[in-house]
Amino acid sequence: MAILIDKNTRVVVQGFTGKEGTFHSQQMIEYGTKIVAGVTPGKGGTTHLGIPVYNTVEEAVSKEGANASIIFVPAPFAPDAICEAVDAGIKVIVCITEGVPALDMVNVKKFVVSRGARLIGPNCPGVISPGKCKMGIMPGHIHKPGTIGIVSRSGTLTYEAVDQLTKLGFGQSTAVGIGGDPIVGSTFVDILKLFNEDPETEAVVLIGEIGGSAEEEAAEYIKKEFKKPVFSFIAGQTAPPGRRMGHAGAIISGGKGTAEEKMRALSSAGVHVVKSPAEIGLKVKEVLGR
Amino acid sequence: MKIHEYQAKSILSKFNVKIPKGRVAETPEEVRKIAEEIGKPVVIKAQIHAGGRGKAGGIKVAKTPEEAEKIGKEMIGMTLVTYQTGPEGKVVRKVLVEEALEVEKELYLGIVLDRVKECPVIMASPEGGVEIEKVAEEHPELIFKEWVDPTVGFLPYQARKLAFSLGLKEKAFQECVSFILGLWKAFHSTDASLAEINPLVLTKDQQVLALDAKINFDDNALFRHPEIKEMRDIYEEDPLEVEASKYDLNYIKLDGNVGCMVNGAGLAMATMDIIKHSGGMPANFLDVGGGANEERVRNAFKILIADKSVKAVLINIFGGIVRCDMVAQGVVNAAKEVGVSLPIVVRLEGTNVEAAREILLNSNLNLYVAKTMKEAAEKAVELASKN
Repeated sequence: MAILIDKNTRVVVQGFTGKEGTFHSQQMIEYGTKIVAGVTPGKGGTTHLGIPVYNTVEEAVSKEGANASIIFVPAPFAPDAICEAVDAGIKVIVCITEGVPALDMVNVKKFVVSRGARLIGPNCPGVISPGKCKMGIMPGHIHKPGTIGIVSRSGTLTYEAVDQLTKLGFGQSTAVGIGGDPIVGSTFVDILKLFNEDPETEAVVLIGEIGGSAEEEAAEYIKKEFKKPVFSFIAGQTAPPGRRMGHAGAIISGGKGTAEEKMRALSSAGVHVVKSPAEIGLKVKEVLGR
Repeated sequence: MKIHEYQAKSILSKFNVKIPKGRVAETPEEVRKIAEEIGKPVVIKAQIHAGGRGKAGGIKVAKTPEEAEKIGKEMIGMTLVTYQTGPEGKVVRKVLVEEALEVEKELYLGIVLDRVKECPVIMASPEGGVEIEKVAEEHPELIFKEWVDPTVGFLPYQARKLAFSLGLKEKAFQECVSFILGLWKAFHSTDASLAEINPLVLTKDQQVLALDAKINFDDNALFRHPEIKEMRDIYEEDPLEVEASKYDLNYIKLDGNVGCMVNGAGLAMATMDIIKHSGGMPANFLDVGGGANEERVRNAFKILIADKSVKAVLINIFGGIVRCDMVAQGVVNAAKEVGVSLPIVVRLEGTNVEAAREILLNSNLNLYVAKTMKEAAEKAVELASKN
């Protein structure tokens, strides 16, 4: 098993024929992802990369049986794309797009939740269940199937962690990049709940960063209900307050959201917190003892 | 994005939020002219992007236009050092000249995005004029909150609840309700990330006005607010950060001596952290973006080494899908073009990494090629301390 996506996932790509959509769709197809349709309004009826293109997500669902969507459309149109996927009945939506306005996400999130859909992102690298399905922009080759679940607010830092794990012989059940924005479709807690129920996931690596309190909420949940070992690194221990560190959500404001606070909360919940990003894999090896 | 108080107040007045009479001035003569127009005592306020102006001498009262001109002369061009500016302070280029009000009570009103409840929250407190974080810590019961459900928006009953909680009555209560509704409209219509009125004042004649105003905007939404984008004041930013923003690079200058160039914000922060763990201090945060190409690397490189405190450079690229040989070529070209003599430590990971190492090792540059993040950080810190 894995969480969110597996061998049976039938993917529709929104923003399929654009530069980003084309490049990453090729990469996903090479990895073995079942991309069954693309959506680009106005290009319905054509094919691209040998895959049928539709005008609407609804058609991709009814004609090709798409049950998951990955979104590459530019930020001003991303909220619309997410809502279209939700309305078409898609239950797993991954939004890669960076730069979506926060107030738009307030409305979109409410809509997504009210319809029982699950959104990953925006501003995220996507989701991969190694050897089964890749819905994202991460390099597939650094992953390997296994039992470590990964959930992270970052992109390349997640690749770094995955790479360390793979090199030490630890494969991954599913790696989820939840995104670096102030409001994201799925939080750490949402993903941890799925890992908790996934028999294949033995332990979880949680990669957080400064800003907000998603890590503190995760710590609270882990303390109460999470049954598996959790490892964590929090980026931004040296970040200055009041500055946005690249990600829209990575900011210490009013003295809140520091790495120190988050590390303390996670430690007190029994999480194995490492201070150096170079020690993520080593810590997993040390504790799991393989 | 941040803006000045006078700009925030001009936005507020468009949404019928009451502000004191006044205008911004750039010369002492203008200050005098505005004071004459107002025809009563005025307050002269230094316009910089930092709080704590009052204590630092950036807010002064003048009883006459002559006195106003004198204060204007002193204030315009002065370097103001507050607890938020850092020791180098900020140069005052403009001052806001406003009517002095007879204040009965100082209150607080603020709107931010509540990241836990995932919607905006409007906060009011009868304890105005002090830092709200301090009130939250010492008297959390004195902060009243109303959350905005996106389905129905912010509603008048919520504004009434907040106005009642501030203890206002009759005319002042009515004024406060319109004020709160106007502030919400301003926040929402401009895609603000913060709108803070501290203090919100009740005057002796029962008016409710914004004595100070601070508005920050969501950078992600600026594409639909060109008029707000124009309010950016580059004099308030670090020159290297301004240069970096031209190339769409995320650069933040810090105090250390190890310059770093990284792809991805999380990895960039983690690289700063590991530099510290290795006993050094990062000179900057620099994210060249997930898809680092040759041109971005070249521009980033130039900005990085323009900071004279940089003694060694650490390049940490987890290429993944990005071809490392291309990034390596970008680094070599940039280093040769700029003529850099600083030691450079490069750590590349991803597709074609072996070819990339070849390019770097054969470049005849002062390069050190590291295999892991840890090795790279330790080497960069060592080289920086020697250089």
